[in-house]
Amino acid sequence: MKKTSRLGKYWLYLPLIAMAIFYLIPLYVMLVTGFKSFAEVDLKTMWNLPSGIHFDNYIEAYSKLAPSLWNSFAMVIPAALLSSALGSLNGFILAKWKFRGADAIFPFILFGMFIPYQSILIPLVQFMNAVGIKGLPGLALAHIIYGIPITTLTFRNYYASLPQELLEAAKIDGADMLKIYRYILLPLSAPSFVVVLIWQFTSAWNDFLFAVVLTGNKQWPITVALNNMAGSQIIAWNVQMAGSLLAALPPLLIYIFLGRYFLRGLLAGSLKG
Amino acid sequence: MSKLLKDKDRFLSIVLITPSILAVLIFIYGFIGWSVRVSLSKWKGLNPDYSWNGLANYINLFYDPRFAVDVRNTVIFTGVFVIGTVLLGFFLAVMLDQGLKGEGFFRSLFLFPMAISYIVTGVVWRWLMNPATGSRTSGLNLLFSYLHLDFLQNAWHTTPKWGMAAIALAAIWQMSGYTMALYLAGLRAIPIELREAAQIDGANEFQIYRHIMIPLLAPVTLSALIILGHMSLKVFDLIVAVAGKQLPLDVPAIYMWQTTFDGLFYGRGAAISILLLISVAVLIIPYIWYTLHTETEQ
Repeated sequence: MKKTSRLGKYWLYLPLIAMAIFYLIPLYVMLVTGFKSFAEVDLKTMWNLPSGIHFDNYIEAYSKLAPSLWNSFAMVIPAALLSSALGSLNGFILAKWKFRGADAIFPFILFGMFIPYQSILIPLVQFMNAVGIKGLPGLALAHIIYGIPITTLTFRNYYASLPQELLEAAKIDGADMLKIYRYILLPLSAPSFVVVLIWQFTSAWNDFLFAVVLTGNKQWPITVALNNMAGSQIIAWNVQMAGSLLAALPPLLIYIFLGRYFLRGLLAGSLKG
Repeated sequence: MSKLLKDKDRFLSIVLITPSILAVLIFIYGFIGWSVRVSLSKWKGLNPDYSWNGLANYINLFYDPRFAVDVRNTVIFTGVFVIGTVLLGFFLAVMLDQGLKGEGFFRSLFLFPMAISYIVTGVVWRWLMNPATGSRTSGLNLLFSYLHLDFLQNAWHTTPKWGMAAIALAAIWQMSGYTMALYLAGLRAIPIELREAAQIDGANEFQIYRHIMIPLLAPVTLSALIILGHMSLKVFDLIVAVAGKQLPLDVPAIYMWQTTFDGLFYGRGAAISILLLISVAVLIIPYIWYTLHTETEQ
């Protein structure tokens, strides 16, 4: 398949580099502003490089955002772990241990990942207040429950791709369902766990809607704290930029080091995984 | 395997999946039903009030000028965002499909915004799209003036009527990598023989894309349109982060949030949320049905 001339091909770098610049502009502004000293921060020179590496903005942003950064970690880690475990179990049963009606309920589970969460928001807040689960535990619970559809989907698709013979042999040897899950499927599930853990970590970390209605001042996760910081007139834009980078960093690092798995989660989310 | 063991396993599998199914049943379908009930009530204020109000909340929305603005804004946002994201994603995928050096680098670069929260994107773009003029010009407008492209300077999201298009620009920045990934996966799935056969028949690159690739990618385009379309109906955090709660940039999701939790008009908020749900369901239900259907055929 060699048709386009060499020259024709190299031309393609022009639009590609132009697009690369477009994608990098916000990152550039975030980084450059963050590393400026307070003295040289000025909207009129926002595109200039910093005179040196200063951490003023990051220190200031961190001092403001540190509690909510830790709130985010405290809420996101258990949420990601538990919803992945549930997804794996559900996926196993729906793919390999189908009971009557299993195929019929699957689309109803799937629909749950597309709904606008506004349509369950009033009952959710009422429910959490009624049972007295407030703040971060309630937020983590919401992420676990509303994560069930996508985690179940990802694991179900993965387990369905494994050959049935794998199970049949174990069944003949007299292994029961839990043994098959524990000793055959689970050891093969590491890649799917990575995909789902990353996905759940990122979406819970980046969530704003649940966080803003389920948590108060002291328990704000990072997205709510950052948004309120940006909305206030007192905190300068340069500190906001540094804060944005702090908020973006955990999912960004995951993306940089585990991008392949991130992409698979992304495609699963459109039912194309 | 013994009958007894089989029955035990079947029983166990149902026991193990029941909590998840119950959770979905209650927290998704039960809560939707509960929201519907609230939307048919007179609830206004801190204390729940389920006295029957019929369809009054819905009917009032149809005469509500703010809701009319919301619908108009959603249409603008959806149009710009969906068309922009699909076209950009497609062109990026085609360029990256040419076997250039550095493909992996560009691919990762185009996708990284997907990992970031809409709040972060919104906060950064809010400064990039600073509408200040004259000596206070900054952000992209300042960059345009450095590049002698002053004619491009504009008021971004503060543009009357079309401000939503600027918000859609930030959303395109965030989501076009996603459509690129979808198209790239689609392009890689097209057998190379098809391309070669067309080349032998004398088709040029453009004709190959026009008559072979694009038609074969139709299912990808359809999924992209549906996924992006339902996202744009739900758009919320990005606008909050760029503009806060401003009427010119209002959308149903923000109206619902504000009227319910700030204004305590629970009945009206629930009605908006149910209308949102219906609009999403119209897109998504046929999509799920179609996807699962083609899956079983394979």
